[in-house]
Amino acid sequence: MPNTRIRVPKTAKAGDIVEIRAIIQHPMENGYRTTSQGTPIPVDIVTDFICSYDGLDVFRVRLEPGLSANPYFSFYLKATKSGPVTFRWQDQHGEVTEASEELEVT
Amino acid sequence: MTEAEYTSDIDGTRRFVLAGLAASIALIAVPVRADDELVAQAIAETFGDAPRQDGRITMLLPPLAESGNTVPIQISVESPMSETDRVKRVVILATRNPRALVATMEFGPGAPRAQFSTNMRLSGTQDVITIAEMSDGSLWQAQSRVLVTVGACDTLQIRY
Repeated sequence: MPNTRIRVPKTAKAGDIVEIRAIIQHPMENGYRTTSQGTPIPVDIVTDFICSYDGLDVFRVRLEPGLSANPYFSFYLKATKSGPVTFRWQDQHGEVTEASEELEVT
Repeated sequence: MTEAEYTSDIDGTRRFVLAGLAASIALIAVPVRADDELVAQAIAETFGDAPRQDGRITMLLPPLAESGNTVPIQISVESPMSETDRVKRVVILATRNPRALVATMEFGPGAPRAQFSTNMRLSGTQDVITIAEMSDGSLWQAQSRVLVTVGACDTLQIRY
């Protein structure tokens, strides 16, 4: 299970626009590297990232090998009501990593 | 050897050397990169042949990146992000990467602002193109050049 780090503010006023940051530990092998023996290392990437909140999709990314290792995203959402902000990463083998953080709206 | 034979021999050698030069140039000229044709192809695959306009996108990229492995990029698109007038998706393309397409971002109904940042790989000095598609189907484009000291493909043994 890859390591993830996400940052969601603990509290927010209703209507506030807050910044969300999410990172997952992943090599994002681009398929152009070789081992010291010269054998090519196959592509191994995270292909999809989705963040949703309050039943709505907020931000969705289709990743390609052109993104850096440990893909990082920062984006915005509008605080409407208290609840979890959920994050979902899926790699090319179909393995899904999920994380969520509670946002308290005052 | 008469003089005539001598000159014709030189001529033959020169022709041989020239042919060899031409052959070696043909062998060298196959760099691994997406040329403008591949970029155009990637755009055509995603957006078809719809017209694109300049503007509405603010792209923050370092003018000089020491390592192409992690180049920070921040993109914001001018849009009210209302239910009827919003940014549907943003596509990042690198003109000289082995694969032009870098990432496709989609803003869901919960996104209040069309702004994000991430890190990308660049194989060398090149232009980065960002295209935003609005809900009305119009396309907006921005382009920015990044000087890369050590490309992501040159630092292959260092992963991060």
